[in-house]
Amino acid sequence: MKKGNSALSNLTRGILKENPVLVLVLGTCPTLATSTSVVNAIGMGLAATVVLICSNIIISLLRKVIPGSVRIPCYIVVIAGFVTVVQMLVQAFFPDLYSALGVYLPLIVVNCIILGRAEMFASKNGVGASALDGIGMGIGFTFALFLMATVREVFGSGSFAGIEIPFLVDFRIPILTQAPGGFFVFGLMMALVFKITHGKAPVKKEMGCAGCINAEACARIRKEEAKG
Amino acid sequence: MREFLFIVMSAVFVNNYVLQKFLGICPFLGVSKKLDQATGMSIAVIFVMLLATAVTWPIQTFLLTPNNLGYLQTIVFILVIAALVQLVEIALKRYIPALHKSLGIYLPLITTNCAVLGVTILNIDEGYGFGQSLANSFGSGLGFFLAMVLFSGVRSRMENCKASRAFEGLPITLVAAAIVAVSFFGFTGVVDTLLG
Repeated sequence: MKKGNSALSNLTRGILKENPVLVLVLGTCPTLATSTSVVNAIGMGLAATVVLICSNIIISLLRKVIPGSVRIPCYIVVIAGFVTVVQMLVQAFFPDLYSALGVYLPLIVVNCIILGRAEMFASKNGVGASALDGIGMGIGFTFALFLMATVREVFGSGSFAGIEIPFLVDFRIPILTQAPGGFFVFGLMMALVFKITHGKAPVKKEMGCAGCINAEACARIRKEEAKG
Repeated sequence: MREFLFIVMSAVFVNNYVLQKFLGICPFLGVSKKLDQATGMSIAVIFVMLLATAVTWPIQTFLLTPNNLGYLQTIVFILVIAALVQLVEIALKRYIPALHKSLGIYLPLITTNCAVLGVTILNIDEGYGFGQSLANSFGSGLGFFLAMVLFSGVRSRMENCKASRAFEGLPITLVAAAIVAVSFFGFTGVVDTLLG
C-alpha cells in the first residue's frame, strides 16, 4: 500500500475511484442478476456489505496466523460463515427479500469483491483500515447496484421501488428487466462512466483481474495461450 | 427418459446458466476470447458440476437434512467443492497427465465459479432426486459450453471491428452478450412444446 493512506481515502476509495462494479469490474454475476428492481438491489448490496465488513475485520485480525499456502480456503470458510449468518437473518426478518434473492444470497460466498478485498487489502492491512475499506467497497457496490436497478426498473417496469410512475408505466420496455437488459444496461453504464470521466477514470477494459482471487490462474491461461 | 431429456434441454436452452441466470459471468467474459480456451474451460466446468452434484446431493440428503443442519448448506458445499477440485487436480496430474495439461489450468478458476456452487444449491432448492440432479447439472454445464462457444465466435468477429472509444473492450462485449441472450428467447416455448 502507498504511504499516507488516510482513513478517509480508505473509506471513499471504494465508492468512486475504485468502485468495485463499475471500475474494477468485480462481482458481475450478482450485479446483473439482482438489479431487476431497486428493492432487490439494495437488499443484495446491504447483505454483501455486511459480509464484506465482517470478513474484512476477521481476516485482518487473522492475517498473521493464516499460512500463505492455505489462505484462500481459510478466507472462504470465514466468508461462508458470515454469509450463513446473513442468510438466516434475512430469512427471519425479510422473508420476501429472501425468496426474491433466492440462490444469489448464498452465492455471496463466491462473490469476487469479497474474496478480492480479503486477498488484496484485509490480508495486508490493519483492522481499522480493513473495516473502513469494507464499508467503502460495500457502499460502492450497493451504489452501483442501485444505479443499475433504477435504470432497469424505471424504464423496464415503469416504477421505482415498487411505486408506479404515472407516465412511464405506459411506455415500459419489459426486456430491460430480463436477462438481455441486464447485459445491455451494464455495458451502457460502463461506457457512460468512461465518457463522463473523459477516460480519466481507470475503467478496466478487460475483466477486473487485479482485484480477483483468480488473477494468477487467469494469467497462467493467457500465458499458455500466447505460447501455444 | 423423457423427463431427463426435458430437464437437460430446459437447462441448456431455456434457463441457460450464463445468459438467463447470470451465473459464471467471469469466465464467460474473461476466457471466451478464443474457441479452444472456451472449450477447455467448459469441459472442465461440466466435469466439476457433475462431480460436485454427485457428492453434495448425498451429503444434503443423508447428512444435513436428517440432522436438521440445513443451515450449514452454504459452508459445507463450498468447502466440499473446493476440496473436490483440489483432489481432481492432484488425481489428474498423477494418473492422466495429458488431460491435466489441457484442463488443469482451468481447474483453480472453478472453485470460486458461482455456476458450480449455484447448480448444487439449485438442485436442492428444486427438490430434484439424484438422477434429476445429475441431469440438471449436465444440462447446465452443457448450456455453459454452448454459451461460451457461441460467444467466442461472436468475439473473434468483434476483434476486427472498431467500436467507439467509450465502448471499446468490455462495454461493447456486454452489449454483444445482450444480443446473444435475446437469441435464447427464441427457445422459450420450443422445449415445452416438444417435450412438455
